[in-house]
Amino acid sequence: MTAQALWTAFCTIVLREVRRFTRIWPQTLLPPAVTMTLYFIIFGNLIGARIGEMGGYDYMQFIVPGLIMMAVITNSYANVVSSFFSMKFQRSIEELLVSPVPNWTILLGYVAGGMARGLSIGLLVTLLSLAFTQLSIYNLPMVVITVILTSALFSLGGFINAMLATKFDDISIVPTFVLTPLTYLGGVFYSIDMLPAFWQGASMINPILYMVNGFRFGILGVSDVNPFVSLGMIVIFIVLLAAIALRMLARGKGIRH
Amino acid sequence: MNGLVMTYALEIEGLVKSYGDGFQALKGIDLKVREGDFFALLGPNGAGKSTTLGIVSSLVNKTGGTVRVFGHDIDTALSSAKVNLGVVPQEFNFNQFEKVIDIVTTQAGYYGIPLKQARISAEKYLKKLGLWDKRDTPSRMLSGGMKRRLMIARALVHEPRLLILDEPTAGVDIELRRSMWQFLEEMNRQGTTIILTTHYLEEAEALCRNIAIIDHGEIIRHTGKRELLQQLSVETFVLDTEQPLEQAPALTGFHCALNDDGALEAEVSKGQGLNALFIELENHGIKVMSMRTKANRLEELFVRMVEDNARVEGKTSEVKA
Repeated sequence: MTAQALWTAFCTIVLREVRRFTRIWPQTLLPPAVTMTLYFIIFGNLIGARIGEMGGYDYMQFIVPGLIMMAVITNSYANVVSSFFSMKFQRSIEELLVSPVPNWTILLGYVAGGMARGLSIGLLVTLLSLAFTQLSIYNLPMVVITVILTSALFSLGGFINAMLATKFDDISIVPTFVLTPLTYLGGVFYSIDMLPAFWQGASMINPILYMVNGFRFGILGVSDVNPFVSLGMIVIFIVLLAAIALRMLARGKGIRH
Repeated sequence: MNGLVMTYALEIEGLVKSYGDGFQALKGIDLKVREGDFFALLGPNGAGKSTTLGIVSSLVNKTGGTVRVFGHDIDTALSSAKVNLGVVPQEFNFNQFEKVIDIVTTQAGYYGIPLKQARISAEKYLKKLGLWDKRDTPSRMLSGGMKRRLMIARALVHEPRLLILDEPTAGVDIELRRSMWQFLEEMNRQGTTIILTTHYLEEAEALCRNIAIIDHGEIIRHTGKRELLQQLSVETFVLDTEQPLEQAPALTGFHCALNDDGALEAEVSKGQGLNALFIELENHGIKVMSMRTKANRLEELFVRMVEDNARVEGKTSEVKA
């Protein structure tokens, strides 16, 4: 395929993904907006008022970056895992497999689709947060790079989950039992300085901690970890997961007999 | 050939497909389909038809052998092979929630066709297949026949040179089946090579010029339809007579019997000709009002060949045991 044809194929996959999540907006766009608003009201306003400051900022300001990141992570992942598994289930994945689109373009298209949803919801949650607090950006490039790379990373995770899944249960196991606990324990609601030494060390092996703190550094200028280490970790995970996903596609894991 | 090189739309050599449990779905088949042909791949359920077409269309990984589409080897030039190929699978495999027009234009996009051009091509094929009025309908709302036509439109939107159809008229009513035949014949006349598998042997006899019969993962016959039909040594005709017959007449040179409906069935051997049969009937004072073949000719041959093959396989097994 020519570069022009590849670009058209890539845009087609992305457009299809965007069309999908906007078509079912009550399932994709509305729930995170409602959930995050509740977080802002309950944790930020009601409970946060009694907590006081954290990391030198009031509690609402402290949790906003983490909540935005949480929305980006869960929605990037959810979009790709549900869309790709649904295509496998309905066998409409065969439309792509019989076409000349190379595997890397398929992967890139789905990741971009996941990012489109994750980042849209990230933006939506950011706008909602402005109704509760004021946000000043400390380091804009850091904010943009961290959120884009994190969204790409979890889109890749969703893709691998979908490739491995054989039934609908399989696409909810990882988000429920891995992603949600890691996100909650990744410093969204607290600074790891508050934890005993052992749990501080244990938290350092949670990759989501680096992403939440990298993003928080970009917005507030405070972080539990070195923000450049955060970026490095995200890039390493992206390369690793992309290699695994491409290998799976080449072997036709779960999609070719 | 006057120095002209024969172009093959599809060349398969030594194609093998084995599964982890040791089952061999394809045992090294060879197949050649000429450009412009209308070709039928026939065989009983589980013979290896869909596996063969699955490998050609990249939905199934092969174990061994080579496949070339218009000279492009799927191992070394897969992208070029795919560009020339349109596939209509046996089962519905589109997103049930998407609109008809979106399904067709998205498929065009996968082939690198820009949206504006894709819409023109989609309109052309949706109109030809009578689906243009349904373009904004979610695909799940379509009838079975419409869904099948949607898959044909989707397979043609990038104008492939080779169209593969796996049981294209399964579950389709007679009227629609005939209109699909006309459409496929028109596509073939315009130069598209067509390969189909079908359970309706009447379909293969009406449409196809060349035929391969596959059974137990092996090609047991690969020839022209005419040559194949010439191998039919005896054909049975059903004759409706003016006066009901009490018993079958003793016609010289022809074996006759009355069927359950009281119609006369006459077996005509190859080379006898129907004139001799009618002279005999005339001599016995029997007036024929209408006549038809008892079974589809290709069907008779197909059943015999598959039965013969089963006998050979059975003998082989006995020898091995």
